Amino acid sequence: MAILLTSWAGKAYAAYQFNLQPPETFIARQIYDLHTLILLVCLAIFVVVFGFMFYSIIKHRKSSGREAAHFHQNVKVEILWTVIPFFILVGMAYPTTKTILEMKDTSESDMTIKVTGHQWTWQYEYLGEGVRYSSSLATTQDQIDNKAEKSAQYLLEVDKPMVVPAGKKVRLLLTAEDVIHSWWVPSFGVKQDAIPGFIKDSWIRVEKPGIYRGQCAELCGVGHGYMPIVVEVLAPEHYTAWLAEQKAAVAASEAAANKTLSLDELKTHGEKVYTTNCAVCHQQNGAGIAGTFPPLINGTAFSGNSTQNTRLAELGFWKDGKIVLGPKEQHIKIVLNGITGTVMPAFGKQLSDLDIAAAISYERNSWGNQTRDSIQPADVAALRKSANK
Amino acid sequence: MSTDAINNAHSAKHAGGLLRWLSTTNHKDIGTLYMWFSFAMFLFAGALAMLIRAELFEPGLQLMRPAFFNQLTTMHGLIMIFGAIMPAFVGFANWQIPLMIGAPDMAFPRLNNWSFWLLPAAASLLLVSFFVPGGSISGGWTMYPPLYIQGGVAYDMTIFSLHIMGLSSIIGSINIITTILNLRAPGMTLMKMPMFVWTWLITAFLLISAMPVLASALTMLLTDRHFGTSFFNAAGGGDPVMFQHIFWFFGHPEVYIMILPAFGILSTVIPTFSRKPLFGYHSMVYATAAIALLSFIVWAHHMFTVGMPVAGQLFFMYSTMLISIPTGVKVFNWIATMWRGSLTFETPMLFAVAVICLFTIGGFSGLVLAIVPVDIQLQDTYYVVAHFHYVLFSGAAMAIMAGVYYWLPKWTGHMYNETLGKWHFWLTTIAFNITFFPMHFTGLAGMPRRIPDYALQFADFNMLSSIGAFVLGASQLLFLYTVVKCIRGGSHAGDNPWEGADTLEWTLSSPPPYHSFETPPTVK
Repeated sequence: MAILLTSWAGKAYAAYQFNLQPPETFIARQIYDLHTLILLVCLAIFVVVFGFMFYSIIKHRKSSGREAAHFHQNVKVEILWTVIPFFILVGMAYPTTKTILEMKDTSESDMTIKVTGHQWTWQYEYLGEGVRYSSSLATTQDQIDNKAEKSAQYLLEVDKPMVVPAGKKVRLLLTAEDVIHSWWVPSFGVKQDAIPGFIKDSWIRVEKPGIYRGQCAELCGVGHGYMPIVVEVLAPEHYTAWLAEQKAAVAASEAAANKTLSLDELKTHGEKVYTTNCAVCHQQNGAGIAGTFPPLINGTAFSGNSTQNTRLAELGFWKDGKIVLGPKEQHIKIVLNGITGTVMPAFGKQLSDLDIAAAISYERNSWGNQTRDSIQPADVAALRKSANK
Repeated sequence: MSTDAINNAHSAKHAGGLLRWLSTTNHKDIGTLYMWFSFAMFLFAGALAMLIRAELFEPGLQLMRPAFFNQLTTMHGLIMIFGAIMPAFVGFANWQIPLMIGAPDMAFPRLNNWSFWLLPAAASLLLVSFFVPGGSISGGWTMYPPLYIQGGVAYDMTIFSLHIMGLSSIIGSINIITTILNLRAPGMTLMKMPMFVWTWLITAFLLISAMPVLASALTMLLTDRHFGTSFFNAAGGGDPVMFQHIFWFFGHPEVYIMILPAFGILSTVIPTFSRKPLFGYHSMVYATAAIALLSFIVWAHHMFTVGMPVAGQLFFMYSTMLISIPTGVKVFNWIATMWRGSLTFETPMLFAVAVICLFTIGGFSGLVLAIVPVDIQLQDTYYVVAHFHYVLFSGAAMAIMAGVYYWLPKWTGHMYNETLGKWHFWLTTIAFNITFFPMHFTGLAGMPRRIPDYALQFADFNMLSSIGAFVLGASQLLFLYTVVKCIRGGSHAGDNPWEGADTLEWTLSSPPPYHSFETPPTVK
């Protein structure tokens, strides 16, 4: 018991929160007030109705000598307690309907961001600006595995947040690449499913600059708990500067695609790419998960379902129940296009040539794999082009 | 005729040992089988929940990887719904309906045997699926594609298993409807039937309407997985959201399939221990029917976040809010039944009163969730987890416990131990609230459901929930002990141990004779 108490006292960071997060948009404020209103109405009904019940429980006991009455109906009362709730409900429905109509009005927006859910990252595309990037969990695997101290924003931090200008109406177009995800930031009052093959829309207008956090709200596989959403709201002038920076970075990255990098450079960058994109399934140590996610270490035993085994064998990565290092070109193709019929996603749509080249170089030269292969961005670009033909 | 003489007469006529249970066509034996099957599944799925709560005791991953965690949440849901709650109510139906309407047995005894023995087959498929490559299904009990289409062979086993369970439910329902409509004692008109029989009649119609819808959704999943169709695959011209519409068209009536018989048990227990007839019998029947009908036009309130048109959101919000009216009528009627009664609080009554309170909390959180803008915040959070455990555990499961304590004396001929029963009640009720009440707060504060690990601000409430859950789980072993002890012995129950009980089963011996009513009683 004492241990329990001290461990509770030690958790000073955990401020108790009993209610919705502080609302930061007009819509979120309306939701907050609606919830308060309905909660109070429910509480009032509860007190009145169960007041009767507890009065009865205390007063109408056999042990205090009560004889049971014999009534078993009363039409007036029965009509009354059918009609009164109806009017209470109408009273609730009216303000609610107004809010729904406002939530659904995505017209006259100042800008549009396309949000695409992937297993297990969010991709943000600033339509008409040529800026597109992925946003993944920044919490390290060591923190999750309790090997390192957990940061203050444990599981709610990303490498690169979505950035929007304050005070502007931002229209969001939501879709997904693989399975259904749901984009949710509680303090904005927005939760919209991202559905593969369909585009749904929603909108936000945040007045106050700051950092706002949310999480994926629709079960989307093993990484569901690990795809947070972070939105950084900047004053409009800072936003303009940020956007210019992004455009410059895009230009620089296009230039880098033609460079040749050393294996060490590739491995250093590749480890970062691997950690955010590949480690959820194949694990940080490359060992995968038996029966589900193939290990990437040469010579390790693996048996998945029959589709997986067959596909891996066809691609040259599976012999005699063991994982082998298949041909370079196939390796790039798998990462670019995914493996149909399995969970392996097509990273070609999310990652740049440089990222893919670096990640594969890292995989082929880590955990005892020693091919000395250095895959260059140009190699990836070549295969990407041939796939598009 | 004494009880012993009856038992002797049986052993001469019927198989003994294991064969008795395999070949039985007796409604009471089959009822017992259903109850034990359900209890075994309840303990198993409860054990899965203990593992879930152990992992969620603290932030970080301690005991398992996310893949296994997702298997646990998925299988906990599926097994509790299809293995524990539904079969328990069918068990009650088998035991009680013939007894309460003055019939010798169910209308189709052999079909009855089959509908039970399909269940262990289906359940084994589900349980074995933990051990196939890739493990059991892990995409949530709601089985949404495209996630569901990604999985391994366990997904096919689950589809097959649910097909079999659906078949069992449909057969059982046909049997129940036929029994109620044809085998009632002379003089028992429909509007004189005990409320428990009424609720089951309506539930059986719900089952017959809803289960084929589930079967069709599952079949479409199966063909999408293996036969190249694209019902739910956008790339082939299908629509993943269509699955959700079909699934919840089954899923919402399913919710009432699990709660209407619980209402029936409450409507039996409360008048008995109030020593007063049920208040508003007619309005109770109409309210039950109204809930059943409304349950078919509210399904999309489970999917307000998919981005449906305004008109759709408004329609499903209004229709969902309407359900609170007949549900309210029921609660008011129960309280009016207690009003100016002569109340005593034996274990069944304690459970019944707790169910009224706690189920109503679940009803209120349901109303909060019906409000579309608020639902947008709360959909897929722990608030929803709190909501459906308040209706399914403190509604359905605790009503089952009330029913078990209420009818155990009739079924076994012995009184259960009242002290143990009360301990079980208080431990269950208190632990239940410690487990699930804080989930309202974590949900409001923004914790998504179905995650193996969570941000630090949710830590304290999660630890509290886990502690509650361990006590709640352990208390159910006390339930097992109390029931087994009652079966093995205890003070003699007599024909009617409850002063206020007036339905037909209490006119028979305890336990009742093999062919319940050989000559039909006359109901005035």
